[in-house]
Formats: sequence, C-alpha cells, structure tokens
Amino acid sequence: MIVVPCPNCGPRSSSDLRNCGEVVDRPNPKNATIEEWRSYLYLRENLASWVKETWYCRTGCRKYFTIERNTATNEIRGQ
Amino acid sequence: MKQSRYKYSALKLLKHGLTHGDWPRMWSSNELNSSYDVIIIGGGVHGLATAYYLAQNHGITNVAVLDKGYLGGGGSGRNTAIVRSNYLTPEGVAFYDRSLTLYNEMAHDLNLNVMFSRRGHLTLAHTDSALRTMHWRAEVNKLQGIDSSVIDPSEVKKEAPSLDVSSNTRYPILGALFHPPGGIIRHDAVVWGYARAADHLGVHLHQQTEVLDILCEGGEQSNGKGPGGKVTGVRTNKGDISAPIVVNCTAGWSSLISNMVGVDLPITTHPLQAAVTEPCKTFLPTVVVSGSLHVYVSQTDRGELVFGASVDPVGTYRINGTLEFTEELAGHVLELMPGIAEMRLLRQWAGLCDMTPDYSPVMGFTSVEGFLVDVGWGTYGFKAGPVSGETMAETIATGKTAELIQSFNIERFSTGDLVGEKGAAAVGH
Ligand SMILES: Cc1cc2nc3c(=O)[nH]c(=O)nc-3n(C[C@H](O)[C@H](O)[C@H](O)COP(=O)(O)OP(=O)(O)OC[C@H]3O[C@@H](n4cnc5c(N)ncnc54)[C@H](O)[C@@H]3O)c2cc1C
Ligand SMILES: [Zn+2]
Repeated sequence: MIVVPCPNCGPRSSSDLRNCGEVVDRPNPKNATIEEWRSYLYLRENLASWVKETWYCRTGCRKYFTIERNTATNEIRGQ
Repeated sequence: MKQSRYKYSALKLLKHGLTHGDWPRMWSSNELNSSYDVIIIGGGVHGLATAYYLAQNHGITNVAVLDKGYLGGGGSGRNTAIVRSNYLTPEGVAFYDRSLTLYNEMAHDLNLNVMFSRRGHLTLAHTDSALRTMHWRAEVNKLQGIDSSVIDPSEVKKEAPSLDVSSNTRYPILGALFHPPGGIIRHDAVVWGYARAADHLGVHLHQQTEVLDILCEGGEQSNGKGPGGKVTGVRTNKGDISAPIVVNCTAGWSSLISNMVGVDLPITTHPLQAAVTEPCKTFLPTVVVSGSLHVYVSQTDRGELVFGASVDPVGTYRINGTLEFTEELAGHVLELMPGIAEMRLLRQWAGLCDMTPDYSPVMGFTSVEGFLVDVGWGTYGFKAGPVSGETMAETIATGKTAELIQSFNIERFSTGDLVGEKGAAAVGH
C-alpha cells in the first residue's frame, strides 16, 4: 500500500485518492499551437526516479495537491 | 551463419524419457561484437520475433537482441497468455488477426509445441452500454471475416456452465461477445521458440546486457540527441556497440529507452497483477472476461484457474503484489462463480505495462533516424508478438512502414488521429 500525505486530511491510502500523473507545464492558451496542446495532453517523461506529481483527494477534502514520489521505490517526500 | 538445429519430435521425447539423456541447449551464447546491423533492445516476444523475422523473411542476420535480465523476464513471461482478434477498430482487428494466424502455424514453423488451445473467448456484458459495445465489436469483426457474435445468457450458460447467469446477482449477465477462435497459449514456449529459431539463423542473444545509453549525433539537443539526429550505437554494461539501427522493444521500460535518444512517448508505466489457484478438476472450457467486474479467468491444462484484472491505478516501476488486488479480485470472481469460494490462491505476481492514451501501440520510425519503436503494448501485447515481429522486420528491411502498422505511427499523437481501442482492450487482454 502506498500512503500519500494529503495536506488537509493527513496520511491516506493511495486507493482513497486519485493519482493524476506527473506535473506537465501547461502551454500558454494565448499562443499555443495545436501540436503543443497535444504534447501537453499525451506525452510524458515517465521517469523511474523522483517525479513531481499531482494527486486528487477523491474521498476526503477533494483538493488537488502535488508531492514528489520516487517511481522506482514509491517513497514519498514532502510537498 | 546457419547452425544445425536439434529437431524436436515425439520419437526424441521417447528416447530422452527412456535414457534420461540431457537435452541440448536451446540457444548458444556468443561474444558481444563491436558492431551489428540491427540492435534490438528487449528480449521479450516482440524483440525476439522481430529478430527471427529479420533473419527468416529478409536474410538480415547480423542482429543482436540485448536484455538486461533474462529472455522472457518482462511481460512476456508474466502474462496470462490470452490471444484473440475481436478488437474494436478495423485496424486493430486486421492486425491482431494476422497474429492469430501466425500463432496457429507457430508450432510447425518453430518446431516447438506452444500448446495453443483455441478454446473460445467470452466477454460478458453486465450493462446496456457494455452490450452495445459488444454489438459494435461483433459487427466490425464480422465485416472482416472474424468469427465473433453476441450471445444471450442461456447460450453463455452452455459455453461456461459454472457461470451464474441468473438475474438476481448484483451485476446480472445480460449477454456476451463470443469469439470461438480466441484462446490461450504457452507464453514461455513462444519466447523460447523464437529465441531458439533466431539463434539458429545466426542472431546473437545477449542476456544480462543492459543498455545504459544510446549514442546519437546531429540531433537538435546539445548532446546530439533529439529530433533530426541519428543513432550510431548503444552503450551497455559490457561496452559500446555501434549500429545504424536500434529498435526499442522494452514495453514497460520503453520510456526510459526513448528518453535516451530524446524521443517523447505517450506512455505511462503501470503494474498489472495476476494470480493462480491450486489445481482442480477442469470445469471451465472457455476464457471468461468481465469488463464491468474488472476480472478475467481461464483454466490451465493442469487445472489451475488463472485470474487477471485491470492495471494498478498508480503508475510505478515497482513490481509487487498488493492485498487490494487480491481482495477485489476474490470479490469479483465470486460474483461470477460462487462455486469456487473454497479454492485457495497459490501465487500472485505482477509485470509492467506501457499504457497509451488510446489503448493502441506505437510502432515504426521516429524523428530520430535509425531509432524505431515497437512499444505501447499495455496489457494486450503478448498476442501481438508474432505480427509485430513480422511487420517491424519488414519495416526495417524495406525502409517503409508495413501496411498493417501504419495507423499505429507515433505522429498520431500530434495529428490527433488516435486509434481508440479502449472498448476492446481495457480489461479483456
Ligand atoms: C500480469 C499480466 C498479464 C498479461 N496478460 C496478457 C494477455 O493475456 N494477453 C496479452 O496479449 N497480453 C497480456 N499482457 C501484456 C503482455 O505481457 C505484454 O504486452 C508483452 O509481453 C510485451 O512484450 P515485449 O516483448 O514488448 O516486452 P517484455 O516481455 O516486457 O520485454 C521487455 C524486455 O526489455 C528488457 N529491458 C528493459 N530495459 C532494458 C535495458 N535498459 N536494456 C536491456 N534490456 C532492457 C526487460 O528486461 C524485458 O525482458 C499481460 C501482462 C501482464 C503483466
Ligand atoms: Zn484530503
């Protein structure tokens, strides 16, 4: 079980939350091309190391927050 | 360089059984050359099949398959071995059906019993929307000559008598997509068969050989990597090897390999778990899949029940079994087959899956010359091994993308031409 620290609700089982994947920079809507939008939507680094990622506290406070997780070991370190 | 191959036969089996004589090794070990015409990274069914068809169909034999572990140590040795071609998109159906044809001829082609059992494949519908998708799939399938049709609960009961088809369950079975040519195959034998046949044709198989970096020049990044460049070779734990063509067949690890050349992939890596019970009397003649219940089951020739589900929701490279999986699995399986409540689980395991947004693979050339991909196999790539090998070999040998894989090109993620296969691939591997 992966225990994820929600800033509001404290440590929770990952199955109570939703993993929204690695943080990807959002293109500027004013001048982004279609290709840039699609890259933002689909392309991922998918590293096997420390990754900054977004979680959604699905069954608790319903807030989004980011943490760092090592995707090779599932260790988590502070926000 | 052809070596003479030991031919397997019933007579040989009898002889070895009586004399307890050793069987010869299935493939040889070779020194690592300093250069090859083609380097294939990943010794799973995809890498090995590509090597075999390069040699067999195109006479390209100066080929090395590199694996950081052992052959078949990735998804190819961990899957639940389901093969079928009742997909949702016309591109998918044509592609997977060619694989079934190759599987059908494989025992003969590779001189190895791969224990292909075409026992029929049932995908259950528990909701109106699932039933609608089944009808859609059946019509697409029939148009391409695939044996596939929607059947009602009483017919489901005939195909798999142990299923509870009554209407007083939590998720009553409303019907099923029935695909008689689908079935299961012995996955290890497929891996070994391709390895043995490729070795026999002169391909070098290097286990314990990890690719640490890919050498490139001319690309847009300061180190020569990235779009516009070309590959010149690979760096391994055993030294550098030069090659004009490098193929990424590393499934769950494919992003890590592509990052080494600066080609971005639309992939996230998730574990998929499976479990097997103690053996019991055979009672389940077909493969049974339930998308709504996130579970599928088949019975091996030894009588064990093999279960699988959908991928773990959190992406990670860490492969381990979880209690959440076993708990959910047991609940759902008992919903379908209350009669097996007393059976014990023997083993549970996991493998890595390279998930794409549209549940279709990514195959062919990339923006870096000489770097090809055969990735994005998610939870369904075992069945695609033979046709992927055949088409990737053709693409490499001719320099032109083979017709059957044209829609799986990497550009579709910037043009938006996705090949939406979720309705046929999310659970039913
Ligand atoms: C539990 C489970 C059940 C499944 N069930 C089914 C099913 O019923 N039907 C189906 O069709 N599919 C199924 N699949 C999916 C299927 O197993 C995979 O899609 C398929 O095996 C992928 O094969 P491959 O040859 O591309 O990769 P793999 O077999 O995963 O091989 C990749 C290889 O690359 C090697 N590698 C990685 N990094 C490096 C490196 N840096 N250097 C050198 N080598 C490297 C690895 O060691 C590995 O051996 C299942 C998967 C799992 C995990
Ligand atoms: Zn919370």
